[in-house]
Amino acid sequence: MPLTNETIKTRLTEKFGEQLTGFEEPYGMLTFEAPKKQNLKVLNFLYDDEELKFRFLTDITGVHYPDKAGRELAIVYHLHNMVDNVRIRFKVFTGINQPDVYTATGLFSAANWMERETFDFLGVNFVGHPNLKRILNVEEMDYHPLRKEYPLEDQTRIDKDDEMFGRG
Amino acid sequence: MVEMPDGHMGEGFFATSLDKVIGLARKNSIWPLPFATSCCGIEFMGTMGSHYDIGRFGAERVGFSPRQCDLMMVMGTIAKKMGPVVKQVYLQMAEPRWVMAVGACASSGGIFDTYSVLQGIDQVIPVDVYVPGCPPRPEAIIDGLLRIQDLVGKESLRRRESEHYKALLESYGIQ
Repeated sequence: MPLTNETIKTRLTEKFGEQLTGFEEPYGMLTFEAPKKQNLKVLNFLYDDEELKFRFLTDITGVHYPDKAGRELAIVYHLHNMVDNVRIRFKVFTGINQPDVYTATGLFSAANWMERETFDFLGVNFVGHPNLKRILNVEEMDYHPLRKEYPLEDQTRIDKDDEMFGRG
Repeated sequence: MVEMPDGHMGEGFFATSLDKVIGLARKNSIWPLPFATSCCGIEFMGTMGSHYDIGRFGAERVGFSPRQCDLMMVMGTIAKKMGPVVKQVYLQMAEPRWVMAVGACASSGGIFDTYSVLQGIDQVIPVDVYVPGCPPRPEAIIDGLLRIQDLVGKESLRRRESEHYKALLESYGIQ
């Protein structure tokens, strides 16, 4: 019997009850939300469960929602069940003032660089990460560029005259 | 054929200044070092190839070691993280050395006006010739090379020892 989104949802709800919220299926991909302290428990359950077998971490990324007070940063996990070829996505949200989330490096080695990237661009502090430092940007950078509080354009440039670009 | 420099000629002799002879030799045997990171590099490959043939200007010996080359051609977007690498390659070149920034990105950051991209390589190394275009056509790159040749041919032999040149390097933090 193929693994359906319905089955996954039922198994998750049996295990975690009301803690998991926001189930939806955009373009057929099961998506849900977990409390940030539960992220490892959910990942471990999805990994170990004999039926679910989500044992491949496709991606970890982050999103900044400046308007959601108290839960500005979303950390998004994409998981893949290679046996049944099913993908799911789950998110945890954290406040921007204390963006601490448990690291998934203990479970997936691939999470190492992905979490470094998420730290680099959004400043998420992955608690327990073995080597949490910048991976893509220059080390001297003193901000997290994908947070929506910074202007997109490079601020070191002084030769750009706004009038020449039709926005004077 | 290369044009003869000004000088005095008579039966069996020709006299001119050392500057001009060395300039003539240098400008017609430039060894370019391609530092190609993106699409401008592809245009350079076209420029190098038989159709446009940069070899017609004495620059067919493209070197891939900075220690042997005279002209660094930076072609493509240079990310800020790449900046120190560009500078190090420049430092590995022996004097006299020239730099050509090919294309909008190397000259000014181009369309990548963003936190991760160096807004022109002249922030890290001195540049002699800027070639505009996104990417420039091979003709433009050849025009850039000819302008480099002008600079090379007319350069005073003392320029690299001058206070002015030292101050220029100093402003880039190069000893």
